Amino acid sequence: MLAVKLALRNLMGARLRTGLNIFVLSLSFIVIIWNKGLLNGWDQQARRDTIEWEIGGGQYWQENYDPYDSFTLETSHAPIPEAARTAVRQGELTPVLITQATIYPQGRLQNVILKGIDPDQRILKLPTAVLNRQGTDIPVIIGKRMAEDSKLKVGDRVMVRWRDANGTFDAADAVVVDIFKTNVSMIDVGVFWVPLATLQSMMQIGNEATLLVTAPEKGFDDTLPGWVFKDQEFLLRDITEMIAMKSIGGKIFFLILMSLAMLAIFDTQVLSIFRRQREIGTHIALGMTRRQVVGLFTVEGALHSVLAAVLAALYGIPLLGYQATTGLSMPAGTDDYGLTIADTIFPEYSLGLVVTTTLIVLVTTTIVSYLPARKIAKMEPTDAIRGKIL
Amino acid sequence: MKSIGWMIVLFISGILRGQNPDGTEILKRIDENQVTRNQVVVSTMTIHGRRGSRTLKAKSWIVGDEKSFSEYLAPPRDAGTKMLKLGDELWLYTPASDRSIKIAGHMLRQSLMGSDLSYEDMLENSRLSDRYSPELIGSEMVHGRDCWILNLTGKENDLPYAARKIWVDKERWIVLKENRYAKSGRLLKQTDVTDVFQVDGRWIPRTILFKDALSKGKGTEFHIDSLELDVDIPSAVFSKAALRR
Repeated sequence: MLAVKLALRNLMGARLRTGLNIFVLSLSFIVIIWNKGLLNGWDQQARRDTIEWEIGGGQYWQENYDPYDSFTLETSHAPIPEAARTAVRQGELTPVLITQATIYPQGRLQNVILKGIDPDQRILKLPTAVLNRQGTDIPVIIGKRMAEDSKLKVGDRVMVRWRDANGTFDAADAVVVDIFKTNVSMIDVGVFWVPLATLQSMMQIGNEATLLVTAPEKGFDDTLPGWVFKDQEFLLRDITEMIAMKSIGGKIFFLILMSLAMLAIFDTQVLSIFRRQREIGTHIALGMTRRQVVGLFTVEGALHSVLAAVLAALYGIPLLGYQATTGLSMPAGTDDYGLTIADTIFPEYSLGLVVTTTLIVLVTTTIVSYLPARKIAKMEPTDAIRGKIL
Repeated sequence: MKSIGWMIVLFISGILRGQNPDGTEILKRIDENQVTRNQVVVSTMTIHGRRGSRTLKAKSWIVGDEKSFSEYLAPPRDAGTKMLKLGDELWLYTPASDRSIKIAGHMLRQSLMGSDLSYEDMLENSRLSDRYSPELIGSEMVHGRDCWILNLTGKENDLPYAARKIWVDKERWIVLKENRYAKSGRLLKQTDVTDVFQVDGRWIPRTILFKDALSKGKGTEFHIDSLELDVDIPSAVFSKAALRR
């Protein structure tokens, strides 16, 4: 307790030096919490959106299906197994049929992926109900990015050309019945959503699908021969890897700031020990053990992190709280690269994140404070009082 | 008197049949003229895009519709690119990567070097009469030549184009104009032969304009610079080793 009191008094005495040290350290606190909070927010939001809009509780892929190889699409559809049909009727599964096509908006050629989905499905957040429309044209729904890319609006007609299962070309007019907004670019960029039965008829195949999306809760979880189940973790792997990669950047930034702060604290400690040799000698002469004096200086250094935490709380809580409410706007076009990212990311801070960060800074500061203080253990009190040691 | 009338009718119809060969016969004559055992061709392809045109020059060795080997000679960016087609498989070699990539049969349906032609359009050399049922619907002048007009309907359901309409030179048995249709009857592609030449007694299109009828593009012009028919091509040409040579 005495050490803490003495350390506090000494720190207060140093004024500007202490102030600068704890400010840089508090900045490290804020940056790591903000960065991690932002990535957490992005991660949570991306996972939630991807589950709601694209993957549900997991997907059964027809065994030939490879989403990264569009050439597999011609052979990656198969009849929906009987067990799965019951689940489809009960709303536990929804089939999706995928094929390649070409559209000609305003006479321009553009390759798209046609995805057939049941208009009455409730598993994915896609506004498929609007596909329940009578007419000669093929009803399609497209995402906002696709609409901007192809310059299509609701009500526009566009020529679609595709090949049926036998490889024969066919073409017909499609009409855009709705444009939806989603953060999941994979279901938006280059995708035309059409009614499943229409696409099956266009491709001249029976009740076939490329993949089966399960409901997130109480979804179908049986084994289907010829189909491979891909769970949420597998389907969210891209997001996990991307967040891990992004957090490396945050860690490097944190490391730079921490190094600056630690360098300042180390420097302060060395200077203190050099300038306060007489004080050290007097402490020992008055009966303090060397270990107690080392402890005093170490506590003094470590207190920087405690004060930094207090300072960080003073300006950080309102700052980070404000950002958690208003979010951080992403630059336009960030989501065009296949990333699931919202226009605005709302950081999510957890108690664990704050406690972990505080402990990391406290332990690091304590170690850095202790290293120069070790020299005190080798001091002779008489030499120290005369200032002849270092 | 009645029998004399029937004889006159039969005589006239016989004359008409002699002047107007039926669709099957026309198709047979086209096949005889255009299907070759093998060929070596040097061609130039000009792709007209929205941002200008680019021209590719290639030399191809072709045997029936099963084997072909092409090497791009120009422009410098594409020179040295080689393609080997064996059956429905395609190997592509690019000098930049010095690697041969095997591409699935589906790749044959993709655009050839960004043009209006697909690989299968380009390599088509099988007999029309094997794949389509013809119907003679009339005649019309095309580029100053008198042509038969034939509607072709696919005999099988795995053809890229369910129907075609061709304009055939009545004397040279060469297709001067062609429309290719989707199953729905929508016009998809048009070809227009603007220049022809004769090799070994066969009339061959020299300049063909291929156009995607659904797009506003100006199409792709294919020009034959030189052509040798029914020459012996060493089998080593159609090997994967030839790609890296």
